[in-house]
Amino acid sequence: MKMDIILAGVGGQGILSVAAAIGYAAINEGLHIKQAEVHGMSQRGGVVQSHFRISDQPIYSELIPLGKADMILSLEPMEALRYLPYLGETGWLISNEKPMVNIVDYPDADALYTSIRQVENHVLLDTDKLARKVGTAKASNMALLGAASAHLPLKEKSLEKGIRQLFKAKGEKIMEMNINAFIAGRSLALEKDAV
Amino acid sequence: MRRNIMDLMLLLGDEAIAQGAMDAGLSGVYAYPGTPSTEITEYIQRSKQAKEKKVHSEWSVNEKTAMEEALGMSYAGKRAMVCMKHVGLNVAADAFVNSAITGANGGLLVVVADDPSMHSSQNEQDSRYYGKFAMIPVLEPSDQQEAYDMAYNGFELSEKYETPVLLRITTRLAHSRGAVYRKDLLEENILKLPENMTQYVLLPAIARIQYKKLIDKQQEINTSSEGSAYNYFFDAPDKQRGVIACGITINYLRELYDHGEAPYPVLKIGQYPAPVDKVKMMIGSCAEVLLLEEGYPFLEEMLNTPYMPQAKIKGRLSGDLPRTGELNPDLIAQALGMELSPTRAPSILVKGRPPSMCAGCTHIEVYNELNAALIQYGKGRVFSDIGCYTLGALPPYNAINSCVDMGASITMAKGAADAGLKPAVAVIGDSTFTHSGMTGLMDAIYENSPITIIISDNRTTAMTGGQTSLATGKLDEVCIGLGVGPDHVHTFEPSPKNRQEVINIIEKELAYEGLSVIIPVRECVQTAKKHKKQNIKKEVAS
Ligand SMILES: Cc1ncc(C[n+]2csc(CCOP(=O)(O)OP(=O)(O)O)c2C)c(N)n1
Repeated sequence: MKMDIILAGVGGQGILSVAAAIGYAAINEGLHIKQAEVHGMSQRGGVVQSHFRISDQPIYSELIPLGKADMILSLEPMEALRYLPYLGETGWLISNEKPMVNIVDYPDADALYTSIRQVENHVLLDTDKLARKVGTAKASNMALLGAASAHLPLKEKSLEKGIRQLFKAKGEKIMEMNINAFIAGRSLALEKDAV
Repeated sequence: MRRNIMDLMLLLGDEAIAQGAMDAGLSGVYAYPGTPSTEITEYIQRSKQAKEKKVHSEWSVNEKTAMEEALGMSYAGKRAMVCMKHVGLNVAADAFVNSAITGANGGLLVVVADDPSMHSSQNEQDSRYYGKFAMIPVLEPSDQQEAYDMAYNGFELSEKYETPVLLRITTRLAHSRGAVYRKDLLEENILKLPENMTQYVLLPAIARIQYKKLIDKQQEINTSSEGSAYNYFFDAPDKQRGVIACGITINYLRELYDHGEAPYPVLKIGQYPAPVDKVKMMIGSCAEVLLLEEGYPFLEEMLNTPYMPQAKIKGRLSGDLPRTGELNPDLIAQALGMELSPTRAPSILVKGRPPSMCAGCTHIEVYNELNAALIQYGKGRVFSDIGCYTLGALPPYNAINSCVDMGASITMAKGAADAGLKPAVAVIGDSTFTHSGMTGLMDAIYENSPITIIISDNRTTAMTGGQTSLATGKLDEVCIGLGVGPDHVHTFEPSPKNRQEVINIIEKELAYEGLSVIIPVRECVQTAKKHKKQNIKKEVAS
């Protein structure tokens, strides 16, 4: 088993927390992981991106080769498309649909959605809204993880445990909110799949 | 060795170095922040293990002071580490090169993080040249485990050869996470003065002796590379080609083959000077040799020189790989003539998202005021420096005309004023000012140069994530203490409310035919957010 994921977003959205939650879950299942992060200018609204690799065999490269990613998981629709050349033929494109507009030439959102829908395996949903419903838009990242979870080679329970490990230090309330966002994302994505 | 899953840690390359150094009995880390090296020191600052052992981990004012402080700790017999980004080694170079001449007493590890592709730097210089220049062993890890091991063993190597050891990493390793198994925890060294009490006195008569000793050590250092566990050879039947892979590039190569096994002989290098016999054997036995190196074609240049060209050596110089930028599995596959997977076309909708100053940033206010005050003089006279305020070069501000190296704003403004450019302005951040601005300020004080210096004090080292800034809040005292006339030092909090007042001050000082320092002070919005959260937590707790 091998799963290569590109995680994408904009500084402050919490995409690296998604990486950390997946990381805990994979380690709990005794899998190998490698994760490359691009930090740097992220605090100032720049692009944040991470190559995340999971396998039951040793992993060599920290970078995913072009055309080999099994999933792009993005907290922002334009960022989802930025890494399209990495996505393999049968790969999943899973993205939050809420645009983060902090540049003057941000493209038309509908055009972005059309492009995303052209990828055969896609999930496009408003994770901000989902997260707000269960308590806070800040948990949008965990709602997105929930939406992706059915396509990850990890057990639902290990992901939930991963989220608990990640938010343990922040207190019970924040932890539960994030778990609820995860569950909401998961249910909605499963519903969409069923349609 | 049996490995227990409970001992496994998931660490960034930077964190692995920090953990390895601590487990090897580190007594102090000395550093000035700089991407991608910052997380090494921050990990130690957060570490309970370090707190219990009272490992020194406060930030230094710049890389040169950090290097010298570490050298002092090594003099006293303890294990010391100094960390910086690649350009920091230019600042520390005097101390660094001479520390190879004095030699080390306690283990001395110099960790330098290079930034090929310039993810967040002004150049992509390759620190391996500095190691060769100083004639000391250089280690370059290929993964997080080796980063840990090399930090752990680096001190031993340093103590064995009595020289500093350079540990070179690149951004990709610094900022990737992988599994690390720890080794046994070592006790710190005891305080122990060097046996030779004159070896650190680099008077010419002594320096000549020390230099000779360093040269005499070279044979042993080479032998150590030849037998190093970090340099190893994978043989394979197809000798049409051989590959020499330095540092992290071995992973990109192995990625391309089932079970990571290339059909060609592969030499993996992690300790320099590169092992002469092993490299010679590769060249002798393979029809051509591909060199994979992050950064400059350091080894390739030694094997294929313009004076004695070697057509069988392939790499960045031969054009088989790009001359600049970071490598990746795709570039290496191309150089090996492998077919690439089909890829989807990039989306034409995607736009760049350049970093910009945050809403409410104090630097924005300062640039608005400075631009207004400068209208009467026209553009092209603002020398700036490195920090968040460098983003003032971009529209809509277009406020600055230079950013070269830390501290260069003040000195370049002075040079331009010496040439007759009046008024000349310098814009510098608080941390950059203490890093390298104060020394240049002395030049301007001595000549009462007609320049206007703006120290935009946001009370932190913001660009690298908000580390302590050593003189924030007392920069006026520092300037007056150094000798700037108190009448020409102004400190205030800039805001839209006092904008006209501030513009008037700047205009007055621009017209003044002497040195002035203007210090707008307002906290960075990012650290302010953090502090607010911490205060709420404290209130809840109390
Ligand atoms: C020699 C050197 N060391 C470190 C760095 C990394 N670096 C770039 S900007 C910066 C901090 C600047 O802080 P400050 O001057 O206070 O400005 P701010 O970012 O807070 O606006 C640092 C540490 C560098 N570019 N060069």
